[in-house]
Amino acid sequence: MNTEKLELFEVFIRSKRGLDHKHIGSLHAEDHEQALEYARDCYTRRSEGVSIWVVKSNDICSSQEDDAECFYDPSDDKPYRHATYYVLPDPVNNM
Amino acid sequence: MTSQEENFMRKIEADEKIEPKDWMPEAYRKNLIRQMSQHAHSEVIGMQPEGNWITRAPSLRRKVVLLSKVQDEAGHGLYLYSATETLGITRAELIAALQSGEAKYASIFNYPTLTWGDVGAIGWLVDGAAIVNQVSLQRTSYGPYSRGMIRICKEESFHQRQGYEALLALANGSPEQKQIAQDSLNRFYWPALMMFGPHDSESAHSAKSMEWKIKRETNDDLRQKFIDQTVPQIEVLGLEHPDKAIKWNEERGHYDSGEIDWDEFYSVINGNGHCNRQRVEHHIAAHDEGTWVRDAITAYNEKKNAKKAQNVA
Repeated sequence: MNTEKLELFEVFIRSKRGLDHKHIGSLHAEDHEQALEYARDCYTRRSEGVSIWVVKSNDICSSQEDDAECFYDPSDDKPYRHATYYVLPDPVNNM
Repeated sequence: MTSQEENFMRKIEADEKIEPKDWMPEAYRKNLIRQMSQHAHSEVIGMQPEGNWITRAPSLRRKVVLLSKVQDEAGHGLYLYSATETLGITRAELIAALQSGEAKYASIFNYPTLTWGDVGAIGWLVDGAAIVNQVSLQRTSYGPYSRGMIRICKEESFHQRQGYEALLALANGSPEQKQIAQDSLNRFYWPALMMFGPHDSESAHSAKSMEWKIKRETNDDLRQKFIDQTVPQIEVLGLEHPDKAIKWNEERGHYDSGEIDWDEFYSVINGNGHCNRQRVEHHIAAHDEGTWVRDAITAYNEKKNAKKAQNVA
Protein backbone atom coordinates (compact mmCIF):
# COMPACT_ATOMS: atom_id res chain seq x y z
CA MET A 1 0.00 0.00 0.00
CA ASN A 2 1.42 3.39 -0.75
CA THR A 3 0.69 4.76 2.68
CA GLU A 4 4.34 5.81 2.73
CA LYS A 5 3.27 8.93 0.85
CA LEU A 6 0.57 9.57 3.42
CA GLU A 7 1.28 11.27 6.69
CA LEU A 8 0.57 9.73 10.06
CA PHE A 9 -1.94 11.56 12.25
CA GLU A 10 -2.83 11.05 15.90
CA VAL A 11 -6.53 11.19 16.70
CA PHE A 12 -8.05 12.69 19.85
CA ILE A 13 -11.74 12.54 20.70
CA ARG A 14 -13.88 14.49 23.19
CA SER A 15 -16.57 12.00 24.15
CA LYS A 16 -18.86 14.53 25.82
CA ARG A 17 -18.97 18.26 26.30
CA GLY A 18 -17.03 19.14 29.43
CA LEU A 19 -14.57 16.22 29.13
CA ASP A 20 -11.01 16.25 27.80
CA HIS A 21 -10.02 15.18 24.34
CA LYS A 22 -8.44 11.75 24.70
CA HIS A 23 -5.98 10.03 22.41
CA ILE A 24 -7.66 7.03 20.79
CA GLY A 25 -5.45 6.02 17.88
CA SER A 26 -3.77 7.03 14.69
CA LEU A 27 -4.28 6.84 10.95
CA HIS A 28 -2.66 7.73 7.63
CA ALA A 29 -4.13 10.57 5.59
CA GLU A 30 -3.14 13.05 2.93
CA ASP A 31 -4.01 16.17 4.90
CA HIS A 32 -5.81 17.40 8.00
CA GLU A 33 -9.18 17.55 6.30
CA GLN A 34 -9.00 13.96 5.15
CA ALA A 35 -7.65 12.82 8.50
CA LEU A 36 -10.70 14.36 10.18
CA GLU A 37 -13.07 12.54 7.82
CA TYR A 38 -11.28 9.23 8.27
CA ALA A 39 -11.29 9.69 12.02
CA ARG A 40 -15.02 10.31 11.97
CA ASP A 41 -15.62 7.22 9.80
CA CYS A 42 -13.42 4.99 11.90
CA TYR A 43 -13.53 6.16 15.49
CA THR A 44 -17.02 7.63 15.95
CA ARG A 45 -19.20 4.92 14.44
CA ARG A 46 -21.24 4.65 17.64
CA SER A 47 -21.51 8.30 18.61
CA GLU A 48 -18.32 8.10 20.67
CA GLY A 49 -17.57 11.78 20.30
CA VAL A 50 -18.72 15.36 19.92
CA SER A 51 -15.37 16.72 18.78
CA ILE A 52 -12.29 15.35 17.03
CA TRP A 53 -8.72 16.64 16.95
CA VAL A 54 -6.16 15.37 14.48
CA VAL A 55 -2.48 16.21 14.86
CA LYS A 56 0.41 15.24 12.62
CA SER A 57 2.43 12.67 14.58
CA ASN A 58 5.63 14.37 13.46
CA ASP A 59 4.51 17.60 15.09
CA ILE A 60 4.36 16.00 18.52
CA CYS A 61 7.38 16.69 20.66
CA SER A 62 7.59 14.19 23.46
CA SER A 63 9.67 13.96 26.62
CA GLN A 64 11.93 10.92 26.75
CA GLU A 65 11.77 8.18 29.30
CA ASP A 66 15.50 8.51 29.88
CA ASP A 67 14.97 12.13 30.89
CA ALA A 68 12.39 11.17 33.48
CA GLU A 69 14.74 11.74 36.41
CA CYS A 70 15.81 15.28 35.63
CA PHE A 71 12.29 16.10 34.47
CA TYR A 72 10.32 14.93 37.46
CA ASP A 73 12.69 14.39 40.38
CA PRO A 74 12.69 18.05 41.40
CA SER A 75 9.09 17.71 42.61
CA ASP A 76 9.86 14.64 44.75
CA ASP A 77 11.28 16.72 47.60
CA LYS A 78 8.44 19.23 47.66
CA PRO A 79 5.75 17.47 49.66
CA TYR A 80 4.48 20.88 50.79
CA ARG A 81 2.72 21.13 47.43
CA HIS A 82 0.23 18.52 48.66
CA ALA A 83 -2.69 19.28 50.96
CA THR A 84 -1.94 16.25 53.13
CA TYR A 85 1.38 17.84 54.19
CA TYR A 86 -0.40 20.22 56.56
CA VAL A 87 -1.51 18.85 59.90
CA LEU A 88 -4.63 20.50 61.27
CA PRO A 89 -6.67 19.77 64.41
CA ASP A 90 -9.43 17.18 63.89
CA PRO A 91 -12.42 19.54 64.19
CA VAL A 92 -11.21 21.52 61.16
CA ASN A 93 -9.44 18.71 59.31
CA ASN A 94 -12.05 18.42 56.55
CA MET A 95 -10.70 21.70 55.18
CA MET B 1 21.63 -8.35 32.15
CA THR B 2 22.25 -4.74 31.14
CA SER B 3 20.58 -1.95 33.08
CA GLN B 4 18.20 -1.41 30.15
CA GLU B 5 17.14 -5.04 30.29
CA GLU B 6 16.74 -4.84 34.05
CA ASN B 7 14.62 -1.74 33.75
CA PHE B 8 12.48 -3.44 31.11
CA MET B 9 11.96 -6.59 33.20
CA ARG B 10 11.18 -4.50 36.28
CA LYS B 11 8.32 -2.84 34.36
CA ILE B 12 7.04 -6.18 33.10
CA GLU B 13 7.12 -7.68 36.58
CA ALA B 14 5.37 -4.66 38.10
CA ASP B 15 2.61 -4.98 35.45
CA GLU B 16 3.53 -1.61 34.00
CA LYS B 17 2.93 -1.10 30.29
CA ILE B 18 5.76 -0.83 27.77
CA GLU B 19 5.26 2.22 25.55
CA PRO B 20 6.52 2.76 21.97
CA LYS B 21 9.58 4.85 22.82
CA ASP B 22 10.74 2.70 25.74
CA TRP B 23 13.76 0.48 25.30
CA MET B 24 12.73 -3.13 24.62
CA PRO B 25 14.58 -6.32 23.71
CA GLU B 26 14.71 -6.88 19.97
CA ALA B 27 13.02 -10.28 20.38
CA TYR B 28 10.13 -8.65 22.29
CA ARG B 29 9.64 -6.18 19.45
CA LYS B 30 9.78 -8.95 16.83
CA ASN B 31 7.42 -11.18 18.74
CA LEU B 32 4.93 -8.33 19.08
CA ILE B 33 5.13 -7.39 15.41
CA ARG B 34 4.46 -11.02 14.50
CA GLN B 35 1.49 -11.41 16.83
CA MET B 36 -0.07 -7.98 16.28
CA SER B 37 0.27 -7.99 12.51
CA GLN B 38 -1.15 -11.50 12.36
CA HIS B 39 -4.05 -10.18 14.41
CA ALA B 40 -4.49 -7.18 12.07
CA HIS B 41 -4.36 -9.38 8.96
CA SER B 42 -7.01 -11.65 10.49
CA GLU B 43 -9.39 -8.71 10.93
CA VAL B 44 -8.92 -7.70 7.31
CA ILE B 45 -9.00 -11.16 5.69
CA GLY B 46 -11.95 -12.02 7.97
CA MET B 47 -14.08 -9.59 6.00
CA GLN B 48 -14.06 -11.91 2.99
CA PRO B 49 -16.01 -14.98 4.17
CA GLU B 50 -18.74 -12.78 5.65
CA GLY B 51 -18.68 -10.22 2.84
CA ASN B 52 -19.61 -13.17 0.64
CA TRP B 53 -23.14 -13.04 2.12
CA ILE B 54 -23.88 -9.31 2.29
CA THR B 55 -25.76 -9.25 -1.01
CA ARG B 56 -27.66 -12.41 -0.10
CA ALA B 57 -28.62 -11.69 3.51
CA PRO B 58 -32.16 -12.98 4.13
CA SER B 59 -33.62 -9.61 5.20
CA LEU B 60 -32.78 -5.93 5.14
CA ARG B 61 -32.19 -6.01 8.90
CA ARG B 62 -29.70 -8.87 8.64
CA LYS B 63 -28.06 -7.05 5.77
CA VAL B 64 -27.41 -3.75 7.59
CA VAL B 65 -26.20 -5.68 10.62
CA LEU B 66 -23.76 -7.75 8.58
CA LEU B 67 -22.57 -4.69 6.67
CA SER B 68 -21.93 -2.90 9.93
CA LYS B 69 -20.06 -5.86 11.38
CA VAL B 70 -17.80 -6.14 8.33
CA GLN B 71 -17.12 -2.39 8.51
CA ASP B 72 -16.12 -2.87 12.15
CA GLU B 73 -13.58 -5.50 11.11
CA ALA B 74 -11.97 -3.02 8.72
CA GLY B 75 -11.73 -0.54 11.60
CA HIS B 76 -10.25 -3.17 13.89
CA GLY B 77 -7.66 -3.91 11.24
CA LEU B 78 -6.75 -0.22 11.21
CA TYR B 79 -6.47 -0.02 15.03
CA LEU B 80 -4.11 -2.98 15.01
CA TYR B 81 -2.01 -1.88 12.02
CA SER B 82 -1.58 1.56 13.62
CA ALA B 83 -0.58 -0.02 16.91
CA THR B 84 1.89 -2.32 15.12
CA GLU B 85 3.41 0.64 13.28
CA THR B 86 4.41 2.16 16.63
CA LEU B 87 7.00 -0.65 16.78
CA GLY B 88 8.86 0.89 13.84
CA ILE B 89 7.54 -1.07 10.88
CA THR B 90 5.60 0.51 8.00
CA ARG B 91 2.12 -0.36 6.81
CA ALA B 92 3.54 -1.13 3.39
CA GLU B 93 5.91 -3.75 4.85
CA LEU B 94 3.08 -5.34 6.82
CA ILE B 95 0.80 -5.58 3.78
CA ALA B 96 3.64 -6.95 1.64
CA ALA B 97 4.26 -9.70 4.20
CA LEU B 98 0.58 -10.66 4.13
CA GLN B 99 0.47 -10.76 0.35
CA SER B 100 3.68 -12.79 0.02
CA GLY B 101 2.44 -15.33 2.56
CA GLU B 102 5.31 -14.57 4.92
CA ALA B 103 2.84 -13.33 7.56
CA LYS B 104 -0.07 -15.48 8.69
CA TYR B 105 -3.68 -14.74 9.57
CA ALA B 106 -6.19 -16.79 11.56
CA SER B 107 -6.56 -20.01 9.59
CA ILE B 108 -10.31 -20.13 10.32
CA PHE B 109 -10.82 -17.65 7.49
CA ASN B 110 -9.58 -20.23 5.00
CA TYR B 111 -12.84 -22.12 5.45
CA PRO B 112 -15.63 -21.26 2.99
CA THR B 113 -19.03 -19.80 3.98
CA LEU B 114 -21.35 -22.21 2.19
CA THR B 115 -24.67 -21.19 3.75
CA TRP B 116 -26.28 -18.26 5.57
CA GLY B 117 -25.94 -20.36 8.72
CA ASP B 118 -22.17 -20.01 8.41
CA VAL B 119 -22.47 -16.25 8.85
CA GLY B 120 -24.29 -16.87 12.13
CA ALA B 121 -21.72 -19.49 13.18
CA ILE B 122 -18.83 -17.14 12.44
CA GLY B 123 -20.30 -14.32 14.53
CA TRP B 124 -21.13 -16.63 17.40
CA LEU B 125 -18.17 -19.04 17.43
CA VAL B 126 -15.33 -17.30 15.61
CA ASP B 127 -15.90 -13.86 17.12
CA GLY B 128 -16.77 -15.61 20.37
CA ALA B 129 -13.39 -17.36 20.42
CA ALA B 130 -11.66 -14.15 19.38
CA ILE B 131 -13.32 -12.28 22.27
CA VAL B 132 -12.07 -14.85 24.82
CA ASN B 133 -8.57 -14.28 23.51
CA GLN B 134 -8.92 -10.51 23.25
CA VAL B 135 -10.37 -10.02 26.72
CA SER B 136 -7.22 -11.67 28.01
CA LEU B 137 -5.05 -9.49 25.75
CA GLN B 138 -6.51 -6.31 27.24
CA ARG B 139 -3.88 -6.91 29.92
CA THR B 140 -1.00 -7.42 27.47
CA SER B 141 2.23 -5.65 28.39
CA TYR B 142 2.49 -3.44 25.29
CA GLY B 143 0.48 -0.24 25.82
CA PRO B 144 -0.80 0.44 22.27
CA TYR B 145 -1.83 -3.23 21.84
CA SER B 146 -3.62 -3.23 25.18
CA ARG B 147 -5.53 -0.03 24.40
CA GLY B 148 -6.48 -1.37 20.97
CA MET B 149 -7.82 -4.55 22.55
CA ILE B 150 -9.92 -2.61 25.04
CA ARG B 151 -11.53 -0.64 22.22
CA ILE B 152 -12.05 -3.72 20.08
CA CYS B 153 -13.64 -5.73 22.90
CA LYS B 154 -16.11 -2.90 23.49
CA GLU B 155 -17.26 -3.11 19.90
CA GLU B 156 -17.04 -6.83 19.45
CA SER B 157 -19.77 -8.16 21.69
CA PHE B 158 -22.42 -7.13 19.19
CA HIS B 159 -20.66 -9.32 16.63
CA GLN B 160 -21.12 -12.42 18.72
CA ARG B 161 -24.69 -11.61 19.71
CA GLN B 162 -25.88 -10.90 16.17
CA GLY B 163 -24.40 -14.21 15.01
CA TYR B 164 -26.04 -16.18 17.78
CA GLU B 165 -29.35 -14.43 17.13
CA ALA B 166 -29.19 -15.33 13.43
CA LEU B 167 -28.45 -18.96 14.27
CA LEU B 168 -31.22 -19.02 16.88
CA ALA B 169 -33.70 -17.91 14.21
CA LEU B 170 -32.56 -20.78 11.97
CA ALA B 171 -32.61 -23.31 14.82
CA ASN B 172 -36.19 -22.33 15.64
CA GLY B 173 -37.28 -22.41 11.99
CA SER B 174 -38.32 -25.26 9.69
CA PRO B 175 -36.58 -28.66 9.95
CA GLU B 176 -34.50 -27.70 6.90
CA GLN B 177 -33.44 -24.44 8.52
CA LYS B 178 -32.57 -26.23 11.75
CA GLN B 179 -30.45 -28.62 9.71
CA ILE B 180 -28.59 -25.64 8.18
CA ALA B 181 -27.82 -24.38 11.69
CA GLN B 182 -26.60 -27.82 12.81
CA ASP B 183 -24.42 -28.17 9.72
CA SER B 184 -22.81 -24.75 10.28
CA LEU B 185 -22.15 -25.60 13.92
CA ASN B 186 -20.60 -28.92 12.92
CA ARG B 187 -18.27 -27.34 10.39
CA PHE B 188 -17.18 -24.28 12.45
CA TYR B 189 -16.94 -25.73 15.96
CA TRP B 190 -13.60 -27.52 15.58
CA PRO B 191 -11.86 -24.80 13.55
CA ALA B 192 -13.02 -22.32 16.23
CA LEU B 193 -11.23 -24.43 18.87
CA MET B 194 -8.12 -24.42 16.69
CA MET B 195 -8.10 -20.60 16.78
CA PHE B 196 -6.48 -20.76 20.21
CA GLY B 197 -3.42 -22.32 18.64
CA PRO B 198 -1.48 -25.51 19.38
CA HIS B 199 -1.37 -27.12 22.82
CA ASP B 200 0.87 -25.23 25.24
CA SER B 201 3.40 -28.05 25.05
CA GLU B 202 3.65 -27.58 21.25
CA SER B 203 3.41 -23.82 20.98
CA ALA B 204 6.56 -22.25 19.57
CA HIS B 205 6.11 -18.74 20.95
CA SER B 206 4.14 -19.34 24.15
CA ALA B 207 6.78 -19.52 26.86
CA LYS B 208 8.58 -16.30 26.00
CA SER B 209 5.28 -14.50 25.30
CA MET B 210 4.02 -15.46 28.75
CA GLU B 211 7.25 -14.37 30.43
CA TRP B 212 7.05 -10.99 28.73
CA LYS B 213 3.31 -10.81 29.44
CA ILE B 214 2.50 -10.33 25.78
CA LYS B 215 0.14 -13.24 26.35
CA ARG B 216 -1.52 -13.40 29.76
CA GLU B 217 -3.15 -16.83 29.60
CA THR B 218 -2.08 -19.97 27.78
CA ASN B 219 -3.68 -21.36 24.62
CA ASP B 220 -5.14 -24.34 26.47
CA ASP B 221 -6.59 -22.27 29.34
CA LEU B 222 -8.29 -19.88 26.92
CA ARG B 223 -9.59 -22.78 24.83
CA GLN B 224 -11.05 -24.40 27.95
CA LYS B 225 -12.91 -21.17 28.77
CA PHE B 226 -14.42 -21.15 25.30
CA ILE B 227 -15.38 -24.84 25.46
CA ASP B 228 -17.09 -24.28 28.82
CA GLN B 229 -19.04 -21.20 27.77
CA THR B 230 -20.20 -22.78 24.50
CA VAL B 231 -21.90 -25.89 25.95
CA PRO B 232 -24.97 -24.10 27.38
CA GLN B 233 -25.18 -21.92 24.27
CA ILE B 234 -25.51 -25.03 22.10
CA GLU B 235 -28.19 -26.36 24.46
CA VAL B 236 -30.27 -23.18 24.13
CA LEU B 237 -30.10 -23.51 20.35
CA GLY B 238 -31.43 -27.06 20.72
CA LEU B 239 -28.64 -28.41 18.54
CA GLU B 240 -26.42 -31.44 18.97
CA HIS B 241 -22.92 -30.87 20.32
CA PRO B 242 -20.38 -31.70 17.59
CA ASP B 243 -17.97 -33.12 20.17
CA LYS B 244 -19.33 -36.51 21.26
CA ALA B 245 -16.73 -36.70 24.03
CA ILE B 246 -17.91 -33.53 25.77
CA LYS B 247 -18.54 -34.32 29.43
CA TRP B 248 -18.70 -32.30 32.65
CA ASN B 249 -15.81 -33.08 34.97
CA GLU B 250 -16.90 -32.31 38.52
CA GLU B 251 -13.40 -32.58 39.90
CA ARG B 252 -11.83 -30.13 37.46
CA GLY B 253 -14.87 -27.85 37.32
CA HIS B 254 -14.56 -27.90 33.53
CA TYR B 255 -15.83 -29.86 30.54
CA ASP B 256 -13.62 -32.65 29.24
CA SER B 257 -13.52 -32.71 25.47
CA GLY B 258 -12.36 -34.73 22.47
CA GLU B 259 -9.04 -34.22 20.75
CA ILE B 260 -8.67 -31.71 17.94
CA ASP B 261 -7.58 -32.91 14.50
CA TRP B 262 -4.16 -31.26 14.53
CA ASP B 263 -3.25 -32.62 11.09
CA GLU B 264 -6.06 -30.49 9.70
CA PHE B 265 -4.84 -27.48 11.70
CA TYR B 266 -1.29 -27.66 10.33
CA SER B 267 -2.47 -28.50 6.83
CA VAL B 268 -4.67 -25.35 6.69
CA ILE B 269 -1.94 -23.16 8.23
CA ASN B 270 0.49 -24.45 5.62
CA GLY B 271 -1.72 -23.30 2.79
CA ASN B 272 -3.91 -26.29 2.05
CA GLY B 273 -7.25 -25.01 3.35
CA HIS B 274 -10.20 -24.59 0.99
CA CYS B 275 -9.70 -20.88 0.46
CA ASN B 276 -6.08 -19.93 1.28
CA ARG B 277 -5.16 -18.94 -2.25
CA GLN B 278 -8.48 -17.24 -2.94
CA ARG B 279 -8.21 -15.07 0.19
CA VAL B 280 -4.77 -13.69 -0.63
CA GLU B 281 -5.50 -13.33 -4.35
CA HIS B 282 -8.64 -11.37 -3.52
CA HIS B 283 -6.70 -9.10 -1.16
CA ILE B 284 -4.12 -8.39 -3.86
CA ALA B 285 -6.81 -7.76 -6.49
CA ALA B 286 -8.80 -5.41 -4.24
CA HIS B 287 -5.61 -3.60 -3.37
CA ASP B 288 -4.61 -3.21 -7.03
CA GLU B 289 -8.08 -2.04 -7.99
CA GLY B 290 -7.77 0.73 -5.42
CA THR B 291 -4.54 2.08 -6.91
CA TRP B 292 -6.32 4.80 -8.91
CA VAL B 293 -7.97 6.13 -5.75
CA ARG B 294 -4.64 6.44 -3.96
CA ASP B 295 -3.05 7.97 -7.06
CA ALA B 296 -5.90 10.48 -7.33
CA ILE B 297 -5.47 11.52 -3.70
CA THR B 298 -1.75 12.07 -4.23
CA ALA B 299 -2.29 13.98 -7.50
CA TYR B 300 -4.95 16.18 -5.91
CA ASN B 301 -2.69 16.98 -3.02
CA GLU B 302 0.22 17.86 -5.32
CA LYS B 303 -2.08 20.17 -7.29
CA LYS B 304 -3.31 21.82 -4.11
CA ASN B 305 0.23 22.34 -2.82
CA ALA B 306 1.35 23.79 -6.16
CA LYS B 307 -1.55 26.24 -6.06
CA LYS B 308 -0.71 27.21 -2.51
CA ALA B 309 2.93 27.80 -3.45
CA GLN B 310 1.83 29.92 -6.39
CA ASN B 311 -0.43 32.06 -4.21
CA VAL B 312 2.37 32.63 -1.73
CA ALA B 313 4.72 33.67 -4.55
